[in-house]
Amino acid sequence: MNPRAHVYGDAIDTDRIIAGKYTKTVDLSELASHVMEDLDPQFMTRFRQGDVVVAGEHFGCGSSREQAPLALRAAGVRAVIAKSFARIFYRNAINVGLAVLEVPEHSIQQNDELEIDLGSGTVKNITQNQTCSCTPMPPVMLAILNAGGLVPFLRNGGSFEGQH
Amino acid sequence: MASQTLAEKILSAKSGRPVRAGDLITCGVDLCTASDTTAPLAIRALEDMCGGSAHTRVADPEKIVLVIDHASPAPNERIANLHALMRDFARTHGCRLFESGEGIIHHVVLEKNLAPAGSVVMGADSHTTTYGAWGSFAAGIGSTDAAAIWKTGRTWLKVPPSVRIELQGTLRKGVFAKDIMLHLLARMGMQKANYLSIEFAGETIETLPLAERITLANMTAELGGKVGIVESRATLRADNNAAYSDVIRVDVEALDPQIALPGSPSNGRSLKTVEGKPVSLAFLGTCTNSRIEDLRIAAAILKGKTIARGVRLYVSPASRQTLLQAMSDGTMSTLIESGATLLATGCGPCVGTHMGVPADGEVVISSGNRNFAGRMGNRNADVYLASPAAVACAALNGCITDPATHFTEAGL
Repeated sequence: MNPRAHVYGDAIDTDRIIAGKYTKTVDLSELASHVMEDLDPQFMTRFRQGDVVVAGEHFGCGSSREQAPLALRAAGVRAVIAKSFARIFYRNAINVGLAVLEVPEHSIQQNDELEIDLGSGTVKNITQNQTCSCTPMPPVMLAILNAGGLVPFLRNGGSFEGQH
Repeated sequence: MASQTLAEKILSAKSGRPVRAGDLITCGVDLCTASDTTAPLAIRALEDMCGGSAHTRVADPEKIVLVIDHASPAPNERIANLHALMRDFARTHGCRLFESGEGIIHHVVLEKNLAPAGSVVMGADSHTTTYGAWGSFAAGIGSTDAAAIWKTGRTWLKVPPSVRIELQGTLRKGVFAKDIMLHLLARMGMQKANYLSIEFAGETIETLPLAERITLANMTAELGGKVGIVESRATLRADNNAAYSDVIRVDVEALDPQIALPGSPSNGRSLKTVEGKPVSLAFLGTCTNSRIEDLRIAAAILKGKTIARGVRLYVSPASRQTLLQAMSDGTMSTLIESGATLLATGCGPCVGTHMGVPADGEVVISSGNRNFAGRMGNRNADVYLASPAAVACAALNGCITDPATHFTEAGL
């Protein structure tokens, strides 16, 4: 079953992805149970494992809390597609192994069926019969994402040196 | 060597070779901080990177600082246990931990001179940009990046392009650095400077005290900047022909007091447009505006007076040092006599962790930096952002009041 899109607007801040009052934990399932609560209280009832969050500009602005991408990942979000990302969120997402695709131009609608190819960085909108490409990420980020995140990257002897 | 921005200067010195905007570099980190929101995840990530807690090593404990400020003192047993995890980690690895009550991390780091001009600081808190107030390259990162720096002492980054903010003129009475930042946020939005080094320069800078420079650098996080650096004739200046992605000029003399309407710090406008709006809670605190200078401004407005009925005024000083100063010079007794409630130093109310959570439908005026839905712990409350003077005036009158008018009438 292909993932469906859950579409939101511009400047979705990390407070609305996961509120500060829920961030003081290392229990990921607890984070997942409150994800997107202040933005869309119905999110978890409509969401199916493997679905994709889609947004406009500057997704993840605000706090540096890594709990934001962790909560999305723990809830089962396959990827986040946005026209652009706030810098700390983007870096955090890669570090925790959550796929983030910057697609500067897209017209994805709520519930569109998508096919994502991380290898080639393309998003196929099956509902609208369109394909779009994401902005390539720096080699060091790609290496970290391919390793499954920064923890496995470093545990397996990865190094930043020589990635540029 | 080509002309350099402040970011290029600092990172070139750090890398031992000239670097330019856009270069991907790996460099040593002088200080890496984390709070009780971010340190517990960082500790777990570090243990995973090292293959278990028994094998966990840090590259240099001198360069790691942990602080308990976000939920401090602990409001419940779950958070108390996270604090215990941090204490245990600090003890085991010999790194510094600032206890609950010491202060908001950014102010403590500045007070202890742990982020001197020219240093590279990475902190697991978005307002790490604050240290640019005196010329360090300081960026917010997440927990896993912090863990990687603790392990290796290094990080990778892209040398950011810079935007130069030129401040001209002298601020009018009742107008502050906070108003400059709310104005810039309204003008630029939160995204225009995403990834950039935001560099403040111009004649106004030389007249601004450190507390005000701190507010400038602090709120570059809201502008989306990677770092915010304040130029200083004394220590750090950009070259004349440095290349900027944009130069933005602000005539600060023309600025009147600003306020950001609920929902986003970029909702700024002239405070006069919402004058008279009743408030329930006035909050003077946060890493943006809770230093002794901020408390003194509020005390000058409230001296010998009582806050309006139906308003709570909560005051949370930047640090223990700030509290001691406010106690010894009478600032704190003035505030408490006016009806203020003293809260422990820390981040709790601003981030909605604990203390001072507003009720449904309440209107809050805060000296903080963010007012996203739910930010102070309740999505059904409205949070306005303004200067400490505006917070004190609102507490005094029970409604949003122009501090510039107050300053003129009171002869302050």
